Amino acid sequence: MDDIYTLQEFMLHTKSITYILMGLGVLALCWYWWFLSAKDREQNNVW
Amino acid sequence: MSDQPQQTGKPGLITPFNVFAALVLVIGAYLTFVRFTQGLGGLTNLNDNNPWGLWIGFDLLCGVALAAGGYTTSTACYVFGLKRFHAAVRPAILTAFLGYAFVVFALHYDVGRPWRLPYPIFVSPGTTSLLFEVGLCVFLYLTVLFVEWVPAALEWLGVKKPRDIIVNRLTLVLTIFGVVLSTMHQSSLGALYTIAPSKLHPLWYSQYLPLYFFISSMFAGLSMVILEGTLSHRYFHHLMDEEHKAGYNDLILGFAKGASIIMAGYFIMKLMGISADNNWAYLGTGYGLWFLVELFGFVALPSFLYAIGVREKNYKLIQWTSALSVFGIVLNRFNVSLVAFNWQLPAADRYFPSWGEFGISIFIVTLLILVFRFIVTRMPIFYEHPQFKDSHH
Repeated sequence: MDDIYTLQEFMLHTKSITYILMGLGVLALCWYWWFLSAKDREQNNVW
Repeated sequence: MSDQPQQTGKPGLITPFNVFAALVLVIGAYLTFVRFTQGLGGLTNLNDNNPWGLWIGFDLLCGVALAAGGYTTSTACYVFGLKRFHAAVRPAILTAFLGYAFVVFALHYDVGRPWRLPYPIFVSPGTTSLLFEVGLCVFLYLTVLFVEWVPAALEWLGVKKPRDIIVNRLTLVLTIFGVVLSTMHQSSLGALYTIAPSKLHPLWYSQYLPLYFFISSMFAGLSMVILEGTLSHRYFHHLMDEEHKAGYNDLILGFAKGASIIMAGYFIMKLMGISADNNWAYLGTGYGLWFLVELFGFVALPSFLYAIGVREKNYKLIQWTSALSVFGIVLNRFNVSLVAFNWQLPAADRYFPSWGEFGISIFIVTLLILVFRFIVTRMPIFYEHPQFKDSHH
């Protein structure tokens, strides 16, 4: 990790990672819901 | 009450549980005497560094989180219209009511002058304090839960009119009021710890603590309803009517599905909390390892096990997972309030509960179970009272 000297650098660093994690998290949650509901869809013949 | 489910094979008074409970009550009575004659110092290991100990960490934080089944179940049934969960509402409300009632009861042991507990509400409200908000919400929500539970008692006593007023006119209002109050105080309990950033370990301290406490209370409540239902089906099966028995499998599938997705969201939020405060480096320490055990072992794992249980319709797996989740919530509240709190103090100054504190906590849980048993064996909790059938919401 590059050295962080100012609050601006800290915020840029942490927020950049957090926003990437948020995006991945939303995708992961969508996939997880799909995984969780697979049997329901199978039962109702909805895909 | 001849139409109610038959109580077959009623056990005698001398059972292993009753003997154990009697022993706990005797020891609890003695410890209560010690607490109120010799003060907090006579029984606890609390000190100026650690004024909040096991009784706050377990009796209050865990008690409130695990009593969240009341608002989650009634919201699912009355707000979201999932009427198939109706049979679970009364047991969940009773568990929540007793949970909160015993939180307040336990608080009498923990505060220095328990007779002044009503002061913050009626005499000297400290409206800028988070504790005031927690106290007011718990006071109001306990009242709401009492009113929600009262119809069962009124049906038992055969009192029709007040029961009809509550059930027909107040149910939805009380449910909405309960959700609002729960949202406020569940999160405020987490917010309490944001006033101690230098005392709480960075991995557990976060600006999102209120959110963590609220979100985790949701899956704690759902898991607790599954666990309580499982135990009730084992020990009070003979008291249940057909609606209760028939809807049980559907209930645990629905609740496990809800708990699974909420836990997955909570897991992601915890990761974002580490990221927002740039606490990655702490994960390589001993505390970091413990944090990962909590996060993966008691959030990610139960979430995944619930998902497998729901997909495979594996009810046993869901039931065991609910116990794991409940344990995980207890662990989380212990970590925030005890393990990660005052983490920088030397070992000699760290807090570990005394035997007396453990004894009082066990005493209170036993008392709760006894009151729960007293109520469900007498009042229409697991079945609909024959005189009031089809008059439910």
